[in-house]
Amino acid sequence: MVRTTVLALALAGLWLLLSGYFDNSLLLGFGAASVALCVFLAHRAGVLDDEGVPTGLMPRVFGYWFWLFIEIGKANIVVARQALAIEPKLSPKLLKIVSPTRTNAGLATFANSITLTPGTVTVDLEPGYMVVHALTEALADEAAIDDMGRRVAALERRDNSGGGER
Amino acid sequence: MISLDLIRDILSWALFLTGGAAVVTGAIGIVRFPDFYTRLHAAGITDTAGAELLLLGMMLQAPSWLVVAKLVFVGFFLFMTSPVSTHAIAHAAWVVGLRPMLGSDLKREGDAQ
Repeated sequence: MVRTTVLALALAGLWLLLSGYFDNSLLLGFGAASVALCVFLAHRAGVLDDEGVPTGLMPRVFGYWFWLFIEIGKANIVVARQALAIEPKLSPKLLKIVSPTRTNAGLATFANSITLTPGTVTVDLEPGYMVVHALTEALADEAAIDDMGRRVAALERRDNSGGGER
Repeated sequence: MISLDLIRDILSWALFLTGGAAVVTGAIGIVRFPDFYTRLHAAGITDTAGAELLLLGMMLQAPSWLVVAKLVFVGFFLFMTSPVSTHAIAHAAWVVGLRPMLGSDLKREGDAQ
């Protein structure tokens, strides 16, 4: 029920802000109908779970994104310096990172955060660990990546009411 | 008295210039880096700093809050989808057996010594 409400509110907000109609009742009615249809179809397709609507991460994930933005900015400077250096000092490295997350949504968030940070890309997910390619020795900082993983794991709800356990 | 418009223009110009510089830096990196995986990292600069800084600059120039909201959506969807596409091509290369150059001497597994 919570997931249905969150999805409906998110879709309604998207419709309102993209269309810009706030006082035309006919169009608002059509908007409400299309939101209802989308929620119904999502429900019928069975995607209203922890992967489709990851409410388990939701309230705290916004603060995490802000932190991630700053990390991305810092990593961008490091990679840009290598790209523009007269003699780039690259030493690519493959890392095996064990994810501390318990849910699929958490794992996807962690793997995508690693990829989004310039200088590290998740190339493979194996049961139990993931393979990360890093551009230089300084960027292959396992402690920093593990710290990111702990932050994502802290977003996951402790009681895990929604299921989605790996 | 400096007008608000002037401050807004200066700020958005600064964002456009740094964002544009980030896009160009990413392109230079793609040309200069030695193999597929290292080039992905250079493309990451264009994806993240380049796109988001340009969008921020556009938000400052937006004529209404609705346009700002739309630009926020563009940024949000880029933020969500670009790592997925980057992972998709990196994983595709990994699965077909393209091995990365490793270490400071950039050797591939099985290269002649």
